[in-house]
Amino acid sequence: MRVTQGCFSFLPDLTDDQILIQVQYCLEQGWAVNLEFTDDPHPRNTYWEMWGLPMFDLKDAKGVLMELHACRKIYGDQYIRLSAFDSNHGWESVRISFIVNRPKNEDGFHLDRTEGQSRVQRYTTRAYATDRPEGKRYT
Amino acid sequence: MSEGGAAAQASPPKINLSEEFAESGVGPVLQQLDDELVGLAPVKQRIREIAALLLVGRVRSKFGLVSQAPTLHMSFTGNPGTGKTTVAVRMAEILHRLGYVRRGHLVAVTRDDLVGQYIGHTAPKTKEVLKKAMGGVLFIDEAYYLYRQENERDYGQESIEILLQVMENNRDDLVVIMAGYADKMDRFFHSNPGFRSRVAHHIDFPDYADADLLAIGEKMIAALNYGLSLDAKLALAEYISLRRMQPLFANARSIRNALDRARLRQANRLFAAGDRDLSLDALTTIEAGDIRQSRVFQQTGSSAR
Repeated sequence: MRVTQGCFSFLPDLTDDQILIQVQYCLEQGWAVNLEFTDDPHPRNTYWEMWGLPMFDLKDAKGVLMELHACRKIYGDQYIRLSAFDSNHGWESVRISFIVNRPKNEDGFHLDRTEGQSRVQRYTTRAYATDRPEGKRYT
Repeated sequence: MSEGGAAAQASPPKINLSEEFAESGVGPVLQQLDDELVGLAPVKQRIREIAALLLVGRVRSKFGLVSQAPTLHMSFTGNPGTGKTTVAVRMAEILHRLGYVRRGHLVAVTRDDLVGQYIGHTAPKTKEVLKKAMGGVLFIDEAYYLYRQENERDYGQESIEILLQVMENNRDDLVVIMAGYADKMDRFFHSNPGFRSRVAHHIDFPDYADADLLAIGEKMIAALNYGLSLDAKLALAEYISLRRMQPLFANARSIRNALDRARLRQANRLFAAGDRDLSLDALTTIEAGDIRQSRVFQQTGSSAR
């Protein structure tokens, strides 16, 4: 099951050229771009690992792409996302975030139904991937 | 020239090189280079050649011919104060106008910015700088300090390896300009053959002639809304020829320092003149006395003349 998180996730995966254009837009807005990766695709997992530091003072998107390629080399079997942080007063938050790399086989999620009091149904999702220990989820 | 690109495959379109030149907007930059930089004839010549090469390359690509972007990594050698940094800034702009680099900014660094202090510190530091320089020009001042011959465990070597790799793989993303004194740069290239072969243009910055330095001085002072009186101009000319004999002469930089001190003395003189109304003329004119108070005259004054 294809994970759809962040911008563009209902579109086909962006090519490097398309990523380059998006990143260039972010840089032109003065946002700091950073890369994160994880192998826990649960939508509530906000704690993705950072790849290096956020990239400040960049003028050209090619620098970000360089890092992305380096990150893919090591974590190419995990999810990698790219987000841009706007430090301007009043925003001070992430303005855009999209997935730039995903595992070959996305296992999808298990839906748990629990019956509660008065036959009320509670739902929980759990990624099949997380059955396996960290680092071995998508190999 | 609207049919230029579209009709490339049907019938060979006519492309006017001078129109192309005007369109690229590089003319004004070259003109500015000519106007603002005094002397440096060989440097300007080489920049023109590079501009011509890139322009022809652009036209060739319109015809659908192979026009592989040339390697433009450069090395600027010359004595202190000969305008290496100034030209590097211009170079970034020229290359940008010609579409060779995408952004046209200049990132000026020295050894400190590239080389780390402990193991594992260098690579991220160098990469950080390279990322910032992407799409522009990376200017490495005194590049020979990257390589310390006497210490084989120096981290500079690591930085050099990363630089070489990026210079090769990202040739169309950034231009690396290395600058430094001629003899040391020679030694540097000699011990790093990888650099020598990847740097296509070695540009030597000659020392300025006395007349050039005078013209530079006048330009500098005019840019600050000052002017030299006629006597002051003569004094400055004399100062230049005397200063040249002395050690640590740094061409244009020495002149800038001399003029800074002259401004200081002028302010002092106006202040000492006490309580009277100043005219605009008095505020903007540097007199011969402001220059002749320099130590350079006192030291040589007795012996030379």
